[in-house]
Amino acid sequence: MTLLDVDFEFRYPPSTGSGEAGREGASVACRWRDPVGEPRVTVFLGASGSGKTTVLRCLAGLERPQRGHVRFGDHVWFDAERRVHLPPDRRDVGVLFQEYALFPHLTVAQNIAFGARHLTHAAVAARVGELLDTFRLRGLEGRRPRQLSGGQQQRVALARAVFRVPKLLLLDEPLSAVDRPTGDELREELRSLIRALAIPAYIVSHDRVDALTLADRTVLIDGGRIIQSGTTQEVFDHPASAAAARLVGVDTILLGRIAAVEDGLARIIVAGREVRAQAPAEAGHEAALCIRAEDVALARHDVTDSSVMNRWRATIVTETMEGPFVRVGLDCGFRLSALVTRDAWRRLALKPGDDAWAIVKAATIRSLPRN
Amino acid sequence: MDWVAIGLTVKLAALTTLVLAIVGLPLAYWLATTRRRWRAVVDAAVAVPLLLPPTVLGFYVLMSTGPNTAVGRLYERLFDATLPFSFTGILLASVLYNLPFAVRPFASGFASVDRRLIEAARCLGASGPRTFLTVVLPLSWPAVLAGLVLAFAHTVGEFGVVLMVGGNIPGVTRTIALAIYDDVQALDYAPANEASALLVVFAVAVLGVTYSLQRRALPL
Repeated sequence: MTLLDVDFEFRYPPSTGSGEAGREGASVACRWRDPVGEPRVTVFLGASGSGKTTVLRCLAGLERPQRGHVRFGDHVWFDAERRVHLPPDRRDVGVLFQEYALFPHLTVAQNIAFGARHLTHAAVAARVGELLDTFRLRGLEGRRPRQLSGGQQQRVALARAVFRVPKLLLLDEPLSAVDRPTGDELREELRSLIRALAIPAYIVSHDRVDALTLADRTVLIDGGRIIQSGTTQEVFDHPASAAAARLVGVDTILLGRIAAVEDGLARIIVAGREVRAQAPAEAGHEAALCIRAEDVALARHDVTDSSVMNRWRATIVTETMEGPFVRVGLDCGFRLSALVTRDAWRRLALKPGDDAWAIVKAATIRSLPRN
Repeated sequence: MDWVAIGLTVKLAALTTLVLAIVGLPLAYWLATTRRRWRAVVDAAVAVPLLLPPTVLGFYVLMSTGPNTAVGRLYERLFDATLPFSFTGILLASVLYNLPFAVRPFASGFASVDRRLIEAARCLGASGPRTFLTVVLPLSWPAVLAGLVLAFAHTVGEFGVVLMVGGNIPGVTRTIALAIYDDVQALDYAPANEASALLVVFAVAVLGVTYSLQRRALPL
């Protein structure tokens, strides 16, 4: 099995006025080994300035670390001791740049075919045609990038990156260039395209929604270091540190399987419990559910005569004062966080160890499709 | 009109521009993209002729290429000729003197090309030279053309450097600017007037071309 073996340290150079100000002396160090035989998607999640883009640039060969190595199977891409540093054009990686970096002087078809080497005209035309179909760009091949919408630009950039079928796909903040509603749409599209391509992908993002919807594995980056990595489920369920918890968000994120969909409402099974929420996909698919603590209400007894769809029996685990509120940690079979007023908490007279009911309106749950 | 001098001047300007394209384009690209500390030193060295009197540059070219210098001896052994007072000599001096007039517009044009486009091309398998030809040059050609036009025009109007290195040999190193000077010295004002008018028209035309190039947006 092909293995991506990464272990390097990159130190930012003294300021050269090239937009890296404030990073002198900082470094990015990472170390991981990944089997890349199967087309998995890994998301590097980190705040801006955490060094996640630098990791990607070191993989692509756009930056040269000072120490360590990067090996892809038998190929040595970088080895500081042996003074090996393959330039990007000899690494066979496909890169999707932030804001796409399409060539403004070339047409859509010319952009897509930019990577063509040693191919006949007919072979290039055939491959371009194939990609135009896959990426739904038919009819746009003669346009210039500035005549395209954000979504079309993203598809052109991706088609261009995979023209030569790279060994790895590297995506730098693929959704940061567009506004939120468009971003949600593009994310959907990106998800299905990446799946269809079946090339191992590394995605850099500051948005946990990207990890939740796209990633098989999530790697958390903070201060130039990997602070946690694992399956997306593990990482979001059990952030190992305060910094990790900040990145994945303190509120509840549940991953489950859609058991049934009826009138747009889904029954989603999470850790054996049933959650009702707006259906993000067809039955049988996976879903990620985001529940904000302020949307979770507590009751001593089951409330059967209300409109609320989600009522779960829970055990109180923790209570933390937060100003006028109390943050209550619950165990419903999955972990759940509730934010209630101090007044209400006093009236309920509950304490850790007690049993209670957690109540969540289906409409307040943000449900996202997952692979 | 001294057609021999005009022909020689055009030949000198054309060859100077050609050499500057071959030497100056890679040099400018390096200046625009490198992150090495050396950059500032090279940048300054290229700019020196802007501040130096042409006679000073010509003087040093003359001194360093004479038959008793290392450069002069090497050149004599290779080509069986001497550099001072020859056409090749004034070509060399012209190239040095015009370096900033070509390299600076080139470099500013290259620097304005989005770095991510260059990186994208490299990640798509294009080598450095290929990236330069297929991405950088098509996106910066107005600046490149402006640099070439400026270098050509500046060579046409050159006086001090050519006089120092080339002397004033008709048909070999006597350019139009030198011919005008000679004519005036000989109180022969009519041909000086004609040649001068020609140069004025040429200069105005060149300025018009460069300004319109600089104002021209990228060809998208």
